Amino acid sequence: MAESNISHHHIVPLKIYLAVAAALLVLTAITVAVSFVHLGSLNIVIALLIAGIKASLVLLFFMHLRYEWNMNAVTLMVAVVFLVIFITFTMFDIAERGDTSPEMRNSINKNAAIYDASGRPLKATEHGEHADSAAAGAQHEEPVAAPDSSGH
Amino acid sequence: MSHSETYSSHPDHVLHHFSDSEQQFTSAKLGMWIFLLTEVLFFGGLFCAYAVYRYMHPEMFYNVHKLLDVNLGALNTVVLITSSLTMALSIRSMQLGNKKQTLILLFSTLLLAAVFLVVKYMEYSHKFHLGQLPGKWYTFDEAEGENPHLFFSVYFAMTGLHGIHVIAGIIAITWMIIRTFRNHFSANYYTPIEVTGLYWHLVDLVWIFLFPLLYLIG
Repeated sequence: MAESNISHHHIVPLKIYLAVAAALLVLTAITVAVSFVHLGSLNIVIALLIAGIKASLVLLFFMHLRYEWNMNAVTLMVAVVFLVIFITFTMFDIAERGDTSPEMRNSINKNAAIYDASGRPLKATEHGEHADSAAAGAQHEEPVAAPDSSGH
Repeated sequence: MSHSETYSSHPDHVLHHFSDSEQQFTSAKLGMWIFLLTEVLFFGGLFCAYAVYRYMHPEMFYNVHKLLDVNLGALNTVVLITSSLTMALSIRSMQLGNKKQTLILLFSTLLLAAVFLVVKYMEYSHKFHLGQLPGKWYTFDEAEGENPHLFFSVYFAMTGLHGIHVIAGIIAITWMIIRTFRNHFSANYYTPIEVTGLYWHLVDLVWIFLFPLLYLIG
């Protein structure tokens, strides 16, 4: 037994490997086909769902997580959990950015004069817009970076 | 018990600080999984950048992604899935002690990895020719939507990093072919092939997400 030619580790049957590969190819065909149907925001959900199923198949069977010590799966889950936290919280920030003050909600360019290197304005401030926004947020200071705007 | 016979002799491949072959095997695999954890987070930064830019420019992403060739992307997906299969089967062959079959399957994996890079090279050279490049190098002026260079910044960063991983995988698989050829492995000791396989499957996993996110924006 000691000099056996067969490993004492779990050997996954050939037909399971072939079935998993076939499933991966079928899912690839499905995800390509679905992408040509316009479903609005559902498209990305379906695409990620199919990618998730494909990834699970690779992890469980090709990478043997189905058959072995749980610590390897825990290690992977730690990575996935932190990745989800990372992306989710970044998206919270991106989605809410600009909503912290009345000025920020409007495009900054609308309220700003743009200057060239010598200090001459390239684009004049739009006074109508400026007055509106100043009224909305009267307690805020004037922008410090616009010394010449009155001389325009 | 057969195990005591195997391990009492302390086979050559077991390093002195491991109590037996099995402990060495599970330790090596855990080490590789921890490395894969860092790889997931490494690519995660780019997936996060992708999410931010796509959220900020949803229409531009939809319009500009049509400049990619879905057929070539799908072909590369099939190539990588098949290479994952041959990699998994090469480990199975070594578990069964079949050296010749292991070599054939490892070589098939290598060949498929090379095919992936050739297809990627064709895609890249086409984009270089048209000026569909990241950031300030972008010169293509037929794309719809504003800031199309952002899509190509994300595209080249993600597929480029993935391509570097494919090259590293090719080096690792070549090394495994040489070691298998030199009879370093047996049914009782094939840890380096197993660990190389884990790495190669991760390269496949990353592509499984890259393909729909870059080529199949609905």
